[in-house]
Amino acid sequence: MSSARLEVIERNCKGCSICVEFCPKNVLEMDMFLVKVARPEDCIKCMQCELLCPDFAIKVHDA
Amino acid sequence: MSYDYEKSIRPGKLPHIWCPGCGHGIVMKGLIRAMDTCGLDRTNTAIVSGIGCASRLPGYLDACTLHTAHGRAAAFATGVKMAKPSMNVIVCGGDGDGTAIGGNHFIHACRRNIDMTYVVMNNFIYGMTGGQFSPCTPTGAKASTTPYGNPDPVFDISKLAIGAGATFVARTTAAHPREIDKLITMGIKHKGMAIIEVLDDCPTTYGRRNKFRSVVDMMKHLKANAVPAVAAAKMTAEQLQGKFLTGVLFQEERPEYTAQYAEVIKRAQGA
Amino acid sequence: MAKKVALLQGNQACAAGAIYAGAKFFAGYPITPSTEVAEELSNELPKVGGSFIQMEDEIAAMAAVIGGSLTGAKSITATSGPGVSLKQELIGYACIAEVPCVIINVMRGGPSTGMPTGPGQSDVMQAMWGTHGDHAAIALVPSTVQEIFTETVRAFNLAEKYRMPVQVLFDEIVGHMRERIEFPEPGELEVIDRAAPTVGPAEYKPYDATKGQVPPLAAFGSGYKFHVTGLNKAADGFPTTKAEYVDAEERRQINKVKDNADDIVKFEEYLTEDAEVVIWAYGSTARSARYAVNELRKEGVKVGLFRPLTIWPFPEKRTFELAKQCKAIVVAEMNLGQMVLEVERVAKGNCVVVHEGRVDGEPINPGQIAAKVKEVL
Repeated sequence: MSSARLEVIERNCKGCSICVEFCPKNVLEMDMFLVKVARPEDCIKCMQCELLCPDFAIKVHDA
Repeated sequence: MSYDYEKSIRPGKLPHIWCPGCGHGIVMKGLIRAMDTCGLDRTNTAIVSGIGCASRLPGYLDACTLHTAHGRAAAFATGVKMAKPSMNVIVCGGDGDGTAIGGNHFIHACRRNIDMTYVVMNNFIYGMTGGQFSPCTPTGAKASTTPYGNPDPVFDISKLAIGAGATFVARTTAAHPREIDKLITMGIKHKGMAIIEVLDDCPTTYGRRNKFRSVVDMMKHLKANAVPAVAAAKMTAEQLQGKFLTGVLFQEERPEYTAQYAEVIKRAQGA
Repeated sequence: MAKKVALLQGNQACAAGAIYAGAKFFAGYPITPSTEVAEELSNELPKVGGSFIQMEDEIAAMAAVIGGSLTGAKSITATSGPGVSLKQELIGYACIAEVPCVIINVMRGGPSTGMPTGPGQSDVMQAMWGTHGDHAAIALVPSTVQEIFTETVRAFNLAEKYRMPVQVLFDEIVGHMRERIEFPEPGELEVIDRAAPTVGPAEYKPYDATKGQVPPLAAFGSGYKFHVTGLNKAADGFPTTKAEYVDAEERRQINKVKDNADDIVKFEEYLTEDAEVVIWAYGSTARSARYAVNELRKEGVKVGLFRPLTIWPFPEKRTFELAKQCKAIVVAEMNLGQMVLEVERVAKGNCVVVHEGRVDGEPINPGQIAAKVKEVL
């Protein structure tokens, strides 16, 4: 079980899918035009999604 | 864990105006982290830009922000720094703004070695006006004004900065977020003119005209072709074909302009 | 105690006036015939702890002046014809962003490079209409070396009071002429500093006009964080395209000058009470005009002189009154017809308005003006 909690700020997300593609553990998925946290338990908190999100739309919190 | 960007962003300003996948937001995050790392007091920090997509950046940041006219950011910033040398001055903008219409101001700010950090978001295109070629658009590339391929040679912004006399020059890409804040931090701490060139992606007006299927393609391209300058030293010209060097490209110590002018004041006052 | 006097060139008097007004920053680019203003300030500003920078071009100089002013420093640049053309875009920036600054234009002929060492008065319309878009302008036109000093001080005062660029235009003749000047004592001339914000940083809005037409401007680095842009903006300084904000802001920026025209407009009259013909002249031309008035009076001609020190906003009220009183107005200026268009507009057909111009690099002489007066009588 991952100790991470992923937060998607839907208001800011523009659906570019960078976070989905660069997640090394395939935690995220596209759901229509927004990102969806599909497999939070696999998150290793590498922070790539948060660092690469151009829209301030995804945050990796400690659970 | 999660980085608190919000404390540096003006309330109610997000979502920003940039297109889905535009790397400017990644650069803005890197800039915020670098400013925090350097402990900059935002009430004493001027963030100055010109015109264009990248130049919209200062409007989001909670600081003394100055969105000027096309190409003129470095000149406005020079005025701020000269009139109040105690201010931290950061300039940001795009490749067209900084090296075409603003080319003269860019090279002379480098020459003076005035203490500021200039983050150039080089996305190889004029984005805001709809994708016309800039001095940084690769030769042969398609832009709205080069329908048969770009006949123009390209400016290498970092080389231009080094040649003009900037004393800290570094390059990275939007696909290397941790290096963005590392290099901007070094630039802010450097006493003199620091140019940080960030190779950036414009999926909307550059990518789709130039056979990038998606923004992810563009990011992968940036990641795959970046070669750290230290590693490049051991590579052949053939191996370096189509690659771009990243990291600190140039650094030297040279008298800083406002410090020099402080001496002028002393001499004028007969000290 | 006797006042300090000196024999000074107009351009030097301008620099001295700037220092008196509290200027702390100059950015410029060398251009004839204004260069002595820069030379003088490169010498004087560091003495008072200010700074001087010679920029890479005219545009950069205007940009730096706006940047410097935003830190709270009273800022000035000096240039001539082609330099003013190059600065126009950013003069508009200073208008819309409401940044106080002073632009000295030592006028030569033109267009283009024209006659760099010859005098001209052909930038007077450019001073109003040079930058694009709707905006207000303040432009002052001194006639003597002493007046260059006092009008430069007044230019700073108006810039700081109305939070906008103010231009001082004098022709090459007055700029390069050497005359006796009496230096005003400190405190003798009024020196106005820009209004400080009345609210704390949390409530501060750089364009909040609820308490007056000219919102106070905070200085960068004084604890206030705010945004400045050349885009149309709302009271908080952030860009907007909302019709009601754009319209209100543009109108306020024009009205702050229009509604205060009486405070800004300054002029001098000489023997106009009974004048049948009024000579309307400014700058060095007004000196010839005054001589012409004296000569014509000796011949019994009822002629007087109206000499504006402010041309923008245009001295409409008094020019209109004079038009109703006299038979003719002779507008004498070193161009082929610029301010005469305004005089005609304002006279509304109440009198004859004629123009006496010259653009050959020679000053308009009294005889030339006197001949024109006799022609209209």
